[in-house]
Amino acid sequence: MYSRLYKLAISLPPLFWVVLFLLVPYSLMFAHSFWAVQDGVIVHHWNLHQYKELFSNSLYTTVFFRTMRIAASVTLLSLVLGYPLAYFLSFHAGPRKELLYQLVIVPLWVSYLVRGYAWKTILGSDGVLNSALQYLHVTHEPVSALLYSPFAVILMLTHIYTPFVFLPIYASLEHIPRPLLEASHDLGANPRSTFFRVILPLSIPGLLAGATFAFVLTLGDFLAPNLVGGPSGTMIANVVQSLFGAAYDWPLGAAISVFILLITVGLLSLTERLEKHWTFR
Amino acid sequence: MTAPSTSPAAPLLEVRGVSKRFGEKQVLKTLSLEIAQGEFLTLLGESGSGKTTLLRLIAGFEQPTSGEIWMSGQRLDTLPPYKRRVNTVFQQYALFPHLNVSENVAYGLRANNTPKSEIAPRVEQALTMVRMADYANAKPTQLSGGQQQRIALARALINRPQLLLLDEPLSALDANLRKEMQGELKSLQREVGITFLFVTHDQEEAMALSDRIALLKDGALEQVASPREIYARPATAYTAQFIGQTNLLRGIVRAGVAECGSLRFPINITDGPALFSLRPESISLAAGAPPIPDAAKFRATIRQQFFGGSTELLELLCSENQFLRARIEARGPLSGGEHEFMFSASAAIPVKE
Repeated sequence: MYSRLYKLAISLPPLFWVVLFLLVPYSLMFAHSFWAVQDGVIVHHWNLHQYKELFSNSLYTTVFFRTMRIAASVTLLSLVLGYPLAYFLSFHAGPRKELLYQLVIVPLWVSYLVRGYAWKTILGSDGVLNSALQYLHVTHEPVSALLYSPFAVILMLTHIYTPFVFLPIYASLEHIPRPLLEASHDLGANPRSTFFRVILPLSIPGLLAGATFAFVLTLGDFLAPNLVGGPSGTMIANVVQSLFGAAYDWPLGAAISVFILLITVGLLSLTERLEKHWTFR
Repeated sequence: MTAPSTSPAAPLLEVRGVSKRFGEKQVLKTLSLEIAQGEFLTLLGESGSGKTTLLRLIAGFEQPTSGEIWMSGQRLDTLPPYKRRVNTVFQQYALFPHLNVSENVAYGLRANNTPKSEIAPRVEQALTMVRMADYANAKPTQLSGGQQQRIALARALINRPQLLLLDEPLSALDANLRKEMQGELKSLQREVGITFLFVTHDQEEAMALSDRIALLKDGALEQVASPREIYARPATAYTAQFIGQTNLLRGIVRAGVAECGSLRFPINITDGPALFSLRPESISLAAGAPPIPDAAKFRATIRQQFFGGSTELLELLCSENQFLRARIEARGPLSGGEHEFMFSASAAIPVKE
């Protein structure tokens, strides 16, 4: 049908892309993780030292588990906020649906940095929140725990990722054929029972996609901890960032990256399987 | 005013002066209808006639703008759908895609907190009733249209409703399966003895299945009667044309004789302008036919002859611009010239506009 030359010609650009921007960098990262640094120079001696360091040094394990906790919290909070929002918009918003949908989407157009700095102004010692608390005589001194804490990171990331969680859930709710809800009511199920027996099971693919978004994106985030995290809010990506920067320990940074990459890939394949299991078409 | 439900004459369902408006559009116009216990009643009408809306009001998916609906002496229209002893077979079946066949059928029992020990035998019984017991573990998407239809029926019947609503349940099936399912529906209804309210736009289906037909037009009832009655004595020109084929004869009655174009026949109604329905099969060739009392005869030219197996349909020209259709027994090609035809004057039914 098509000539071999034609087939080669159209597959070259994507092949080029995959090799140059995926295969080469990942290979380099993978290779670095088995190398070492001696006297400030990266030496190409194959060894497992970086991985041993990664699992034995409590500095890294602490940050790693904190990162997992923060990612889990952000995921959970985004679901708690995003699901009811999507449910309301899909089933009860009526003619305001389009407007509300746009209102949820608009923050996605605002720069991540701008939103980060906004949280700084809100949570800071003389920020909006502290001024309000003092004005209302809830506290007499600024609450310093608000900013530069894991709490601030969770708050900011939840704010940023809730629309990402909302979108796939909303899409899956919109895809539920409405006659199914009528059938459920018709058969004697009240609205509550209908939610748990029909709506929730049929929205699981969207819920899983949203949760995966929030978890994976949080796992690799380094800007939020940089802006509002402080030392107690440092996350694994910040460690990688400093290892590749000032610390000049590329092999250890690469080892951590490989480890995070494996977790992410494992998570994605797990949720993909679950999504398939809960998709009925 | 509620009639005691013990009285045998009390209707199961009463629709009392119900109207429904969607924005500017008046979909149902102060409609009243009674359905007897154990009856198979069909709501027949074109799309947009309001038949599905009436069904949805009874199911509880819509609220009437005015009027009331009563069932077994209880007000129905104020109850949410999940508290009505009414179940529905949906047009596209609306089976739950995430549940298998037996879970779909068990849905109503589970939703009503039926004891677990009771669920399994009742599901099995319901699946056996619709001859789907072998498919208990299949997912709805693995089933054919006819099979999905049967599951939808079993699911709707398992709660033992007082009234089963069927919203064009056969419209998604192909012609052969449709005929088969019509037969099954009819015998199923006799078997379970549940009152069926069936919605369709197919007049043949309505005639074949129903005890009574309620014909709807523009949100109002045109006529409610048994299929035989509605076919033999249509009340309006619309009914006569919608149910089967007919010839509408417009004319004037003078001293007990109707004059419609070139046709003359005796009729016992008051003088004045009149409209008659004359079924094509009421007209026959005069030559060789046994004589009938009160026969009205006329001469006409055969314009077209359509062979239809046991019968043939003739298109007749009786006078200038007066066409009639006659269905006669098949008897081979007829010459194109003039023939004499006749019909019994009592077959011409006076109808309203």
